[in-house]
Amino acid sequence: MQTIAEKIWEQHLVRREDGLPDLLYVDLHLVHEVTSAQAFEGLRLAGRRLRRPDRTLATVDHNVPTLGRELPWDDPLSVQQVETLRANCAEFEVPFFDIDDPRQGIVHVVGPEQGLTQPGMTLVCGDSHTSTHGALGALAFGIGTSEVEHVLATQTLSQAPQRTMAIEVNGELAPGVTAKDVILNIIHTIGVGGGSGYVVEYRGDAIRALSMDGRMTVCNMTIEAGARAGLVAPDDTTFDYLEGRPSSPSGAAWERALDHWRCLGTDEGAHFDRVVTLEGADLEPCVTWGTNPAQSVPVTGRVPDPGDARSEAAREQTERALRYMDLEAGTAIEDIPVDRVFIGSCTNSRLEDLRAAASVVGGRQVASSVRAMVVPGSGLVKAAAEAEGLDEVFRAAGFDWRDAGCSMCLGMNPDILLPGERCASTSNRNFEGRQGPGGRTHLVSPEMAAAAAVAGHFVDIRDWEVS
Amino acid sequence: MRKFEPVKSKVLPLNRADVDTDQIIPAKYLKRIERSGFGEFLFDDWRKDPDFILNSSAFVGAGILAAGANFGCGSSREHAPWALEDHGFRALIAPSFADIFRNNCAKIGLLTITLAPEDVDFLMARAEELPEAETIVDLESQTVATADGSFVRSFEIDPAVKRNLLEGLDAIGLTLEQEDDIAAFEERRPDLYPSTEGSPA
Repeated sequence: MQTIAEKIWEQHLVRREDGLPDLLYVDLHLVHEVTSAQAFEGLRLAGRRLRRPDRTLATVDHNVPTLGRELPWDDPLSVQQVETLRANCAEFEVPFFDIDDPRQGIVHVVGPEQGLTQPGMTLVCGDSHTSTHGALGALAFGIGTSEVEHVLATQTLSQAPQRTMAIEVNGELAPGVTAKDVILNIIHTIGVGGGSGYVVEYRGDAIRALSMDGRMTVCNMTIEAGARAGLVAPDDTTFDYLEGRPSSPSGAAWERALDHWRCLGTDEGAHFDRVVTLEGADLEPCVTWGTNPAQSVPVTGRVPDPGDARSEAAREQTERALRYMDLEAGTAIEDIPVDRVFIGSCTNSRLEDLRAAASVVGGRQVASSVRAMVVPGSGLVKAAAEAEGLDEVFRAAGFDWRDAGCSMCLGMNPDILLPGERCASTSNRNFEGRQGPGGRTHLVSPEMAAAAAVAGHFVDIRDWEVS
Repeated sequence: MRKFEPVKSKVLPLNRADVDTDQIIPAKYLKRIERSGFGEFLFDDWRKDPDFILNSSAFVGAGILAAGANFGCGSSREHAPWALEDHGFRALIAPSFADIFRNNCAKIGLLTITLAPEDVDFLMARAEELPEAETIVDLESQTVATADGSFVRSFEIDPAVKRNLLEGLDAIGLTLEQEDDIAAFEERRPDLYPSTEGSPA
């Protein structure tokens, strides 16, 4: 009896030897501009070839401006990094979705959207949010640049087997409680290091009821709980999502793939090293108040008091976070005003996220004190959103409507917070300075971000009239 | 990768838990296409505070960093270990490390040592009290010891990681020696999964 993670692992074993990590085959290697330049350079210096360009795909996302894509960009280093990737892809014959390709976008949006991420695969990328792809039932994890070079050269990765954790979310989610709230609650429950050393499988009726976009949001933030990989066993939701995508199998191959995919799920009675159970009905919409993703409370709650911390170290950590966030203990979350709103990132930039945010906006206006932006996850998401008029909803309300990229998730491109600015963000990290030096990030769902943009402060989406 | 040699040095105490890689090296410095030169940007935002421990002249030259649990969480950026290494650190000691960060360190010859929280607390407190006091990290014997011998702890390490560090082995070269196994796997791999070539626009 095996878990899905163990099955995929075994199916990709190239070599197992006592005293050594396993050598695993990599089915798909996604590449972006920030963590690859030194890896390609390493290949060149060692005179090595790129083993499988046909199992490698590159795009640009971290550095790219989301406004004014034409050269020259203001930042010559960003230009250099993008041009370096372009040249490396040409030299090593790696398929590349360049800045002007309609399929360009955040690498973790692009893979599933193209049908390149499929159940049962192993997938790696030099980015910690590679866990996103686990939503399709793939074993997917982030790696560093040395490992990127290793995969480029060998199409394999040396890995010690990891422990398994089941996170079950039972029952149903209440209205207004989203996939983002599910994962924020999970991270709050197990802590930012709680998943270290584990592969997580998300299970339970509340997970099964999520759409693929929702599952991707959950798996995306697995790394924020310390686990490199998180996945959901494939089911009809997965298969419906994949059918007809450009790289999905078709015809007889589709049927063969379905047969394989249906056998992947965790066997009844398989052992997990740790089981965490949450009741869906207990979960509430969440807002982070601190400087790591576990520091969240329900939107109806208050900024915690450091005096209530369990230990001296925890008290210091809370005090430090409140100082950075410029928050006072006891402040009601709904009384916290925001300066900026960012809807986007590999966590929440897919079509369903944009639809949800647009429905909250309705015909309302962004508050005069707020600057808000929506950044679709890919060129194709953008086009699909425009085809159904979502861009008009956002623009009419006063949101910026941008081109695809990582944007204000990580402070690497022109989209950054100014020091002291407070942002309701649908991204994944509220670390100090993450969205720009001195910026203050509150992580929320797309619905809650959109409502905050209109109200000028956090609001409980359950009280919001959706038009 | 260079071979890991025993370290005898001061310990920089960074008494914080959950230090994320965005703090170790902020994203704006990830645009360089070289592997070197990241040390000057190490903890760049925190160094703007004159009281930040890395600004203290007492710890100049420290080759060992001791920190709170879950060190290196967040982004997979290998630039974080590069910055620590470039700044002169050879070994990191904490109650726990983030998975990707620990892997990345091992790939570049930076030793991560997991000790019990009270032992890390002891080393940090001692460094705060006696910044000049030296600590010895020996990978061969898997020990951390104060130079005066009053504190000695052994640590666990994956034997393969230990060997790679001690011998400074080229991980890619080692895997390429398994070419026959990789080719054989590709032969028997089910023809299920997509190619990235020729995906229609």
